[in-house]
Amino acid sequence: MSTTDMNMAPVVDEEELRYARAQKREKVAKWVLPVVVIALAIFLWDRIVVWNNIPHYILPGPGVVLETLIKDWGMLSSALMVTLKITLAALAVAVIGGVGLAILFTQSRYFEMSFYPFAVILQVTPVVSIAPLIFIYVDNRLAALLLCAWIVAFFPILSNTTLGLNSTDHNLRDLYKIYGATRWQRLRYLQLPTALPYFLGGLRIAGGLSLIGAVVAEYVAGTGGIGSGLAFRILEAGYRLNIPRMFAALLLIAATGVVIFTAASLLSHALLHKWHESAIKRES
Amino acid sequence: MTPPTSIPPMGQRAKLLDMSNVDKVFNGNVVALKDMNLTVNQGDFISLLGPSGCGKSTALRLISGLMRPTSGHITWDGGMKSGDLGVVFQEPTLMPWATVEQNVWLPFRLRGKSLVQVQDEIMWALNMVGLEKFQKSYPRELSGGMKMRVSIARALVTEPRLILMDEPFAALDEITRHKLNNDLLELREKLKCTVIFVTHSVFESVFLSDRIVVMAARPGRVSSEVTVDAPYPRTEEFRTSADYAELCRKASDALHAAMNEHGARASA
Ligand SMILES: Nc1ncnc2c1ncn2[C@@H]1O[C@H](COP(=O)(O)OP(=O)(O)OP(=O)(O)O)[C@@H](O)[C@H]1O
Ligand SMILES: [Mg+2]
Repeated sequence: MSTTDMNMAPVVDEEELRYARAQKREKVAKWVLPVVVIALAIFLWDRIVVWNNIPHYILPGPGVVLETLIKDWGMLSSALMVTLKITLAALAVAVIGGVGLAILFTQSRYFEMSFYPFAVILQVTPVVSIAPLIFIYVDNRLAALLLCAWIVAFFPILSNTTLGLNSTDHNLRDLYKIYGATRWQRLRYLQLPTALPYFLGGLRIAGGLSLIGAVVAEYVAGTGGIGSGLAFRILEAGYRLNIPRMFAALLLIAATGVVIFTAASLLSHALLHKWHESAIKRES
Repeated sequence: MTPPTSIPPMGQRAKLLDMSNVDKVFNGNVVALKDMNLTVNQGDFISLLGPSGCGKSTALRLISGLMRPTSGHITWDGGMKSGDLGVVFQEPTLMPWATVEQNVWLPFRLRGKSLVQVQDEIMWALNMVGLEKFQKSYPRELSGGMKMRVSIARALVTEPRLILMDEPFAALDEITRHKLNNDLLELREKLKCTVIFVTHSVFESVFLSDRIVVMAARPGRVSSEVTVDAPYPRTEEFRTSADYAELCRKASDALHAAMNEHGARASA
């Protein structure tokens, strides 16, 4: 037995090493590749502008955009804060409302039958088409923006969480029944943990959507004055043909989206990495 | 944690549970069980053996109280309280987000006991199945056999009067299955517990049980009962003995008779 083991040992080692190297390569590539591609794209953008002598009121180069970002930082950062505030508030309300409603849905089938269609109608009607009405009926501009963003963001959380709460293992459900679990115990110890990965998937989508909702609503709202967000600054800069500032504001919106998505992904990983298949790296 | 010193021989055991004239009809026309009678005594190790669809799982679900019989009665001697019953399914049925000890804690947790309060009981149950070192592990870190052991520990932890097992080892490989069969018998020696064990395997039922209840299908009913009078403890030696082979033949004949009974009715 020991002889075969010794004969085998180097072969296994070789393969293990190769596997470890491949793992390491992939780990590095995961970060390096996107960075290289983005850097390359920015470089190309710059070259295209320079080589073709494109004036910066048509297509500003990356350098000009960066300059504008720094020069207009005072105005842009306050606009960013406004957009961020609306986005995060909408997301927070979407989480509370979506999860709350999902729990109510699973507690009563009749409640679900009655109100699920409403949720669907809200979801399938494009927010751009409801927004003007909302701005007519809701006096407070901030509240109206928040409402628009919320309408877009809450549905993925509601539908994912509902699906998750209903996805409990039927044998576990039986076991809870045999041990005489109360509704509340079943919800807390069985349904909510089962729904967690589904909810987090919904959260990732909702994070992006709440930003979209906030931006779209602001476009519809139009004139702003004080307390204007990034979308309004883009519109305003567009009227003044201040293209570099449009790009700078756009950059901030994109960055915000990336940050929200990353934060949601990190949260998801932190909560699931110990047990959920999606977060487990397997050797295969 | 003070079980009786030994299991009395069959015929001298106190009654635990009685199923009398139990019918179960699904959707008004699927007769899953027809006039089933079964008396379970304390210390019995009963195997339910029968073809697929003969109502074995249905019988367990009725006993566990998950369903009510359409007619007939199931009565527990001295009534049934929560914690009187332990259940093991074909899959380990563990909560993947909870550690091994938290999974075993479940029956107590649902009765409002904190993990600290029942730490001793949990460790005792994990010890019984040989997993005391894995209390903080997550189910995904365990092998299929180990997960099944956790599931058994969870069923044992309340020291139930009756343990129901529905094809618990059917999804495991032969080697693990033999090991778990041996361990299950050892547990039973130690705890003097009463078990109803559903299986498709004649060999498994003979090795484990002292009573084999053979069931027939369409409608599901008890066809015959085979008594396995080989003494416990049974070890690997028993598996290769002539007694074992003879008992397997007897059980196998009974099973075939039950299946032909069904065939006769189906062709009639
Ligand atoms: N919830 C249900 N609704 C309708 N019919 C059912 C239900 N549960 C079981 N049955 C029917 O009752 C009969 C017995 O089913 P049961 O699951 O008890 O069989 P079984 O002996 O456990 O079979 P197997 O060995 O395949 O697990 C089957 O014909 C099945 O189709
Ligand atoms: Mg079954």
